[in-house]
Amino acid sequence: MTVSDIEEKTSLFVIDDLHVEVAGREVLKGVSLQIGEGEIHAFFGPNGSGKTTLLNSIMGFGNYRITGGKIYFRGKDITHLPVNERATLGMGISFQRPPTIKGVKLRHLVEISSKVSGEDIDRTAAMLNVEEFLDRDINDGLSGGEIKRAELLQLIMQSPSIVFLDEPESGVDLENISLIGSAINTLLGRKPEPENGMTLKEKRARRKAAIVITHTGHILEYLEADRGHVLIDGKIICHATPGDILHTVRARGYGECQRCLCEGGIDNG
Amino acid sequence: MDKKTEYQLDMADYTEDAPEHEKIRDLGDLSDIEKKLLHMAGIDASSRERLGSFLQKDNSVVHCSSGSDGAEILSTSAALEKYDGLKKYWWKAVEKTRDEYTSRVDSHRPEGYFIRSFKGANVRYPLQACLYMSEDRLAQDVHNIVVAEEGSTLNIISGCATGPEVRSGLHVGITEYYVEKGATLIFTMVHNWAEDMAVRPRSAAVVEDGATFISNYICLKPAKDLQMYPTAVLEGKDSVATFNSILMAAPGSRMDVGSRVILRGEGARGDILSRAVSTGGQIIARGHLLGETPGIKAHLECQGLILADKGLIHAIPELEARTEDLEMSHEAAVGKIDQAEIEYLMARGLSEEEATSLIVKGFLSLDIPGLPEDLRKELDEMVEKTGNAM
Repeated sequence: MTVSDIEEKTSLFVIDDLHVEVAGREVLKGVSLQIGEGEIHAFFGPNGSGKTTLLNSIMGFGNYRITGGKIYFRGKDITHLPVNERATLGMGISFQRPPTIKGVKLRHLVEISSKVSGEDIDRTAAMLNVEEFLDRDINDGLSGGEIKRAELLQLIMQSPSIVFLDEPESGVDLENISLIGSAINTLLGRKPEPENGMTLKEKRARRKAAIVITHTGHILEYLEADRGHVLIDGKIICHATPGDILHTVRARGYGECQRCLCEGGIDNG
Repeated sequence: MDKKTEYQLDMADYTEDAPEHEKIRDLGDLSDIEKKLLHMAGIDASSRERLGSFLQKDNSVVHCSSGSDGAEILSTSAALEKYDGLKKYWWKAVEKTRDEYTSRVDSHRPEGYFIRSFKGANVRYPLQACLYMSEDRLAQDVHNIVVAEEGSTLNIISGCATGPEVRSGLHVGITEYYVEKGATLIFTMVHNWAEDMAVRPRSAAVVEDGATFISNYICLKPAKDLQMYPTAVLEGKDSVATFNSILMAAPGSRMDVGSRVILRGEGARGDILSRAVSTGGQIIARGHLLGETPGIKAHLECQGLILADKGLIHAIPELEARTEDLEMSHEAAVGKIDQAEIEYLMARGLSEEEATSLIVKGFLSLDIPGLPEDLRKELDEMVEKTGNAM
């Protein structure tokens, strides 16, 4: 058995040479990725490089047509599974611009999707400072930052094994960014807990995997990502530590990634 | 299309004759099937959640009781006799020569109900009035008068339903509402008709100084040919009218439903809100605000959701200003369910059907004041059933 075979088997989530068209145009041009249990992968890339398309197509949304490649979750081929079945298996996504749903209260949706009710919801809502939205129509009149918090509430209650977060810091003011960061750590089972005798193994078992798209990298000040990737023009052109990528992009922009690519990349992922 | 011929009914399709029905002491004496049919029109046969009840079966008034000191319920004939022809109210809100249906009721002098809350009484707990048709192909005419006297509050649930043997029929209902100085009238009408029914309500409200009229209309069951355009005339200073309508048109249904508010009194305010869903039927959702006095305020909102290719929703909002310096507005939106909403809910684990049903339920959940808990629950269930059936 080779090392890569072992990785295949232990990987929670595998994308294999994924090609995706949006409105007749190929946006993803062969993306491959493996994510193990509890791993956080940060995605970087300029606007229009296909980051959001990647999340939306692995979640199975209708406007994203998969023209080639496969997606596996816990070894099961989910490439053409309906969105809700992916959610039920343990995949969750936070929406950038979620729709307003009139006449449906946020609390009601959380109850349906998490199958819990009452105090647990109120407690988490209090932590996220979204209690006042619970009995309002879903996303009705919410600001960008409020939407982020309401989305995190839903995801924490839904408790998926892998979470897709699209620019969780965008539209969030400075005052709230640490709140968002802390909520994401809760969501991903990485919140520093008081010593309670858990072994490292037990702590690891509580961790959720994630793909986090970040444009600015701000969120990584609050969140410890395990791996980083740069997506440009529908392809992953670089695997590196999130810190290295952030540092390089901040100093020299994505142009450097392209130049770097020409020289073979810094593939140490 | 010429409106007259479009809505013309062939009276030869209907019979005027129905057997005389015996009086019942209690709505609990009805058969289980009838109780269930009435229940779906908002009528609680146990009367536990109601203060008084009126039931007309075909052309016979079979039950009439009020459990409130603050209100009385009489059959129309009894009220005409007791109150010397009800001169103050009889054909004063609705014009008897308005159309063939008003003329028909005028010449037939049919039954119906007279409900009145006494001056200053607070009858918040609803009274219920039911117009029930048990004979197939019957033409049922009724003439109702509702009066909320000065300073009183009155809440009425009015249910219309047809019996298990009924396929078609005609219901012509005149209702004249009088909301006197400082009074509040909440009137909720729920229709549960047989599929081939033709329905012609003709009603109007007169609202005096400082008075409030709230009309709720709910029709979630198919109706082959429903046409109505109730009017509230805000005569009084600071008078208020609100119309809420919830309509669901199944294939084969045709609902032409509007609400009109005439804003005449100084400081009058009017709101018309409607939610229409077509699962394949036709809905014409009308609304008309007529402003006659400076300073009045009114808003009209009409939203439609089409869930089937063959469905049709035609929103016709009208604003008519007859003076300067008034504020009237409208918004209308008609369309199908946004796929983004469905996918959003699916990402939370709901199936496509569950997501659609939840969105429709939300769409129809107008926050309607004055509904008792049992009726609210019943409506939720009806909407849920309809949503699930799609």
